[in-house]
Amino acid sequence: MSVNPELQGRVFPPVAPYLVGREKVREFSRAVFATSPINLDPEAARAAGYADVVAPPTFAVVVQEATLAQLLAVPDAGIDFTRVVHGDQRFTFSRPIVAGDELTATLHVAGVKSLGGHSMVTAVSTIVDAAGAHVVTATSTLVVRGDE
Amino acid sequence: MTIIATPRLADLTVGDVVAEGTFPLTRDSLVHYAGASGDFNPIHYRDDVAVSVGLPGVLAHGMLTMGFAVQPVVAWVGDPGRIVDYQVRFTRPVLVPADGAAVVTVVAKVGAIDTDAGVARIDLIVSSGEVTVLGKAQARVRLV
Repeated sequence: MSVNPELQGRVFPPVAPYLVGREKVREFSRAVFATSPINLDPEAARAAGYADVVAPPTFAVVVQEATLAQLLAVPDAGIDFTRVVHGDQRFTFSRPIVAGDELTATLHVAGVKSLGGHSMVTAVSTIVDAAGAHVVTATSTLVVRGDE
Repeated sequence: MTIIATPRLADLTVGDVVAEGTFPLTRDSLVHYAGASGDFNPIHYRDDVAVSVGLPGVLAHGMLTMGFAVQPVVAWVGDPGRIVDYQVRFTRPVLVPADGAAVVTVVAKVGAIDTDAGVARIDLIVSSGEVTVLGKAQARVRLV
């Protein structure tokens, strides 16, 4: 089964808002070996002009994850999870994620391509804050291996 | 608190090595990242599952490698909020043994300088055991 080309261009409903917790940011920071006091210490973050601790750049994937789950759950998508390999990842920020943010992600399938038996799906998740202002766009290219 | 002087665009030259890092990854690192990120795919902590899907062994999460590879750059600029764009291509997996560690090294070089935009592109060379594990790894940092 190959990836359904009709997924191209599809925009999904926004996922439930994600409330960014201070301790989650600190836990994630330690897991990616972040040592900046701005990631870990609310006082240092405030001294640098932020409302609370700042998440490492790749924390955005935690918010993005629910949108990728939406994509994989589409019954006619033709995406077999066991054949999915993460090809590329990109994060483009208007501002960093800060503890206390309530973030909402919306998925758009920007591309579906076939390449030598494999399919490549470009999933773009646009993440906005509670005021609706853009925070970060997370783009994943998923490679779905064809039947062997 | 240590005050880190923010680097200035005018002081940078394309090709300069601005930061380096060495990250020993153990199975503990992977379990910690699984919990922190919510990515509980068992290929990142169970040998039997990894082997059953045709892998040579337990692999580090690609997003873990992406996550720490930018940290030397964050330390250099002094503020994680200065990273305005970050992208990688996952080219080779990092195998993590049950005992011991897989050591991943990062070398960060100035790739391009855009004075008008106030942004420097920092290119990351991320390797484990002599082979690069990330391709086109680039962080754009906002500087004055």
